[in-house]
Amino acid sequence: MDNKRTTTKIQELTYELKIKDVMTKNIETVGSKIPVSHLRDILYNKRISGVPIVNDNKLVGLISIEDFIKCLEQGEMDDLIEDKMTKNIKTLYADEPLVHAVMKFEKYGFGRFPVISRKDKKLIGIITKSDIIKGVLKKLETAYHDEEERRYRASHIFNDVMADEIFFKFQYYVEGKNFDRAGEAATGLKKTLYRLGLSPEIVRRAAISTYEAEINIVAFTKGGKIIAYLEPHQIRIVITDKGPGIPDVEKALQPGFSTAPGWVRELGFGAGMGLPNIKKFADKMTLRSTVEKGTRLVIIIKLSDYRNED
Amino acid sequence: MTLKEIKELLEAEVLTGKYDPETEIQIGCSSDLMSEVLAFGKPGSILLTSLSNIQVINTANVADIKAVCFVMGKIPDKNIINLAKKNDVVVFITQLTTFESCGRLYKNGLNSCGYFNLDK
Repeated sequence: MDNKRTTTKIQELTYELKIKDVMTKNIETVGSKIPVSHLRDILYNKRISGVPIVNDNKLVGLISIEDFIKCLEQGEMDDLIEDKMTKNIKTLYADEPLVHAVMKFEKYGFGRFPVISRKDKKLIGIITKSDIIKGVLKKLETAYHDEEERRYRASHIFNDVMADEIFFKFQYYVEGKNFDRAGEAATGLKKTLYRLGLSPEIVRRAAISTYEAEINIVAFTKGGKIIAYLEPHQIRIVITDKGPGIPDVEKALQPGFSTAPGWVRELGFGAGMGLPNIKKFADKMTLRSTVEKGTRLVIIIKLSDYRNED
Repeated sequence: MTLKEIKELLEAEVLTGKYDPETEIQIGCSSDLMSEVLAFGKPGSILLTSLSNIQVINTANVADIKAVCFVMGKIPDKNIINLAKKNDVVVFITQLTTFESCGRLYKNGLNSCGYFNLDK
């Protein structure tokens, strides 16, 4: 499982990163009208494996350490570079995603590709396989660091507070029938949980289920409140209203069943999916309702990395 | 597919949002029922809808949807735009129909959310 996840992350990164993010800039170039022997200093001193050949700011070829060794073997060190270099070279644009470079390396088996800018086609860098590896590793490290920091923040709150029992309480009031303000509680809770360092997936599930519940309060009741408790192992969201209550709870839980009036449907809700959706995104949901008195809905979202798939 | 490519394919206009043309969108979804979007929409996707009210943006926001395109020339009002700006949701409008818009994106390689499933 873990192996698979890492692979996917790296594949993702090759789409996210651009070639210009990982390529080597400030590269050495030489002209084509000089003898091959001149390359020795550059290749040796700079410890590089290939040099782009540029005449009048224009990329005309590429010469690699392999080409150099071949000339050395055959005693052709005094030949001009332009006779020994690879012409018709393949290039990459700086703004292409890294995955294009990966594919080109696979396709052609070359050791390096010159990188040019899309605008003026000028040479601005060079990319090798080791640049790709270094770039991806660096990005992975940064991502790991961010994730660690977020995790630390989330666990930190609970570690820093000294009490026998700890919970953080966030309370939101929801007006009945006021669709202009519907969604404020859910988006407010979402921002809050995210800032506290909870994982985006947990935050998303909490936000979606709260939003559906909020829509229900606005659409059907005279108003109510949403209280979210952040506890060490779970988020408990308690949604209460002052009625009119649900006559048949079992029926209300069926996908597709709806008593929503036309104006709710016009706004994009009321298709009988609210409660089934909450059930889908919550780890546990309990609904109690008394006609005329009101409804109490409790949503539990577990904070552990893997929830029970029961 | 980048936001820029989507904009060109849909002949769309950008109304708001942190519009970075190079932002990658992996998945598209389309519905006028926001509960459906909440149920099957994927994080980082684009939503195409002919519904035009503030709840579209709230839905995008809670479901981590990056961009919304209002189809069939539905022009969102000021409140919608302001909320989208506040929450960094990119908003497009296009004169194309829902079917035409989805078709163009799908044909050019934008993935769909796949099958709808109410199970966890």
